[in-house]
Amino acid sequence: MAEIKNYTVNFGPQHPATHGVLRLVLELDGEVVVRADPHIGLLHRATEKLMEHRTWVQSLPYMDRLDYTSMFINEHPFCLAVERLLGIEVPIRGQYVRVMFDEITRIFHHLFNLGTHALDVGAMAMVLYTFREREDICDILEAVSGARMHGGYYRPGGVYRDLPDSMPQYSVNRFKNEKTVKALNQARAGSLLDFIEDFTDRFPGYLDEYETLLTGNRIWKQRLVGVGAVSPERALQLGFSGPMLRGSGVAWDLRKKQPYLVYDRLDFDIPVGVNGDCYDRYLVRMEEMRQSNRIIRQCIDWLRKNPGPVMTDNLKVAPPQREKMKANMEELIHHFKLFSEGIHVPPGEVYAAIEHAKGEFGVYMISDGANKPYRVKLRSGAFQNLAAMDEMARGHMIADVVTIIGTMDIVFGEVDR
Amino acid sequence: MSVKLQRLRRNLTEILGMRARNLALVGGEVTLEVAAADYFEIAQTLRDHPDLRFEQLMDLCGVDYVSYGTTDRVAAGRSPRFAVVSHLLSLTHNWRLRVRVFAPDDDFPVVASVTPVWNGANWFEREAFDLFGILFEGHDDLRRILTDYGFVGHPFRKDFPLSGYVEMSYDAEQRRVVYQPVTIEPREVTPRIIREENYGRG
Repeated sequence: MAEIKNYTVNFGPQHPATHGVLRLVLELDGEVVVRADPHIGLLHRATEKLMEHRTWVQSLPYMDRLDYTSMFINEHPFCLAVERLLGIEVPIRGQYVRVMFDEITRIFHHLFNLGTHALDVGAMAMVLYTFREREDICDILEAVSGARMHGGYYRPGGVYRDLPDSMPQYSVNRFKNEKTVKALNQARAGSLLDFIEDFTDRFPGYLDEYETLLTGNRIWKQRLVGVGAVSPERALQLGFSGPMLRGSGVAWDLRKKQPYLVYDRLDFDIPVGVNGDCYDRYLVRMEEMRQSNRIIRQCIDWLRKNPGPVMTDNLKVAPPQREKMKANMEELIHHFKLFSEGIHVPPGEVYAAIEHAKGEFGVYMISDGANKPYRVKLRSGAFQNLAAMDEMARGHMIADVVTIIGTMDIVFGEVDR
Repeated sequence: MSVKLQRLRRNLTEILGMRARNLALVGGEVTLEVAAADYFEIAQTLRDHPDLRFEQLMDLCGVDYVSYGTTDRVAAGRSPRFAVVSHLLSLTHNWRLRVRVFAPDDDFPVVASVTPVWNGANWFEREAFDLFGILFEGHDDLRRILTDYGFVGHPFRKDFPLSGYVEMSYDAEQRRVVYQPVTIEPREVTPRIIREENYGRG
């Protein structure tokens, strides 16, 4: 009988199930994975090096482009880090606006993850439903920042501007008749907050729809239950965070344990898994979306009642009001210095971390007092999750590799940076 | 919070003694500096000692300090040049720690690998090796990770230009992708400025 040897299969980088540009070299024994070696870096843009050559505010939009499925929340740790170095406070309304958009983008991200994860595993319809809801969130982001994806909305010291009082309206054209336009504009009659509230009213119903499609689905469970199980001890050793860590049963969430901004004033729960397999992580993410919805509703209530500034009034950091800049010498100088030279951040180093949709997103920053960072290191959850690929995929079938990639929640903008 | 961090600092002083070269508590963060020779042992103590219990390594990165505090990119020549900075997290005590270790030799920077202590350090160390050329002794798979196959140099060093040295293009005659020297002119839109203390305060 001929001797059967292991063979190697190249998976990706242009395979749709790799969520971008992942190249996996799989050593197989029959259909069982013996070793998985991810080759990353095909999307490496040297973001951290580019930041060393841009001023602090110029570096900010790069943060959007890291994890391009959850943009606003990426900007948050960067702003926190600069604020901690500068020692400035964000006005309370600015904090609420930030928390609200953090949670909106968390939903935005989990919807993307859920849709593509299900698509990879074979539930083709999911991605159509989740992208329907993502469309609404895109409209929210567009209304507040002008861009549907890469907003660049947060700033060191607050957010760029307050929430708009009106939503853009659809108009009748040769593709949309009056009836369609009326239906589309129904939720857009009021302010942005009204539109977001309308979304949060509808969203739990959508989540129930997804659960009907997936949670009890026999095929979905056969593909997910028991696949890629990680024990809590290993999860800690491998540096997991976020849903990957909570899926393994470790109740650790920075929003609760090391609260930043106004999270300690909000009421929400942290879901935790039991078995640490792909199915538990799926359930954790579903529940997180419900909790995010709760947080958004609390933020809307607060924001309705409490007007105020959203940006610090420190002119060394924030641009002055346009009117004042036109009339006063002092403001004019500040404006000129801010836009020609940028912020000067005192020397020091800081590590600011937040609970990102993928896990802990940390920004380590070293400043030497210049108008540009000396070194920035971005710690993303997805990079660390992918590093565990070999351990998680070992012993599973080749089809399970796709499930594990889906549950790891990797986006290459962030892994490769 | 600050009371807690002072307890952490006291614990570190008691447990590490003279091996802690520098211990600072600035802006709500504790930074520990250690010698390269003690690095691995201290890492083990930090993880296992019941009063410290840093179960998780959140981040590890290389830093090139060669031009720190100057506007001149290359000539400054600060030594020791390369450091490895890691951020640890203790879930038990809910505190964080930053550990910095300088590589003694600038031309051949080597520090010990902490992958046996925290398995999650594996890819972080590969990244620091790739981008800064810092070698990790005891790492069993120290390959490049982010740069191209066959890449020459370590791109995040301060003396490596932002535009790099080579660019790729498709050669229609040879019908393959070829490398050639970069044609981009280096351009800095906003110059790097460090103001003296109390600048603009009159």
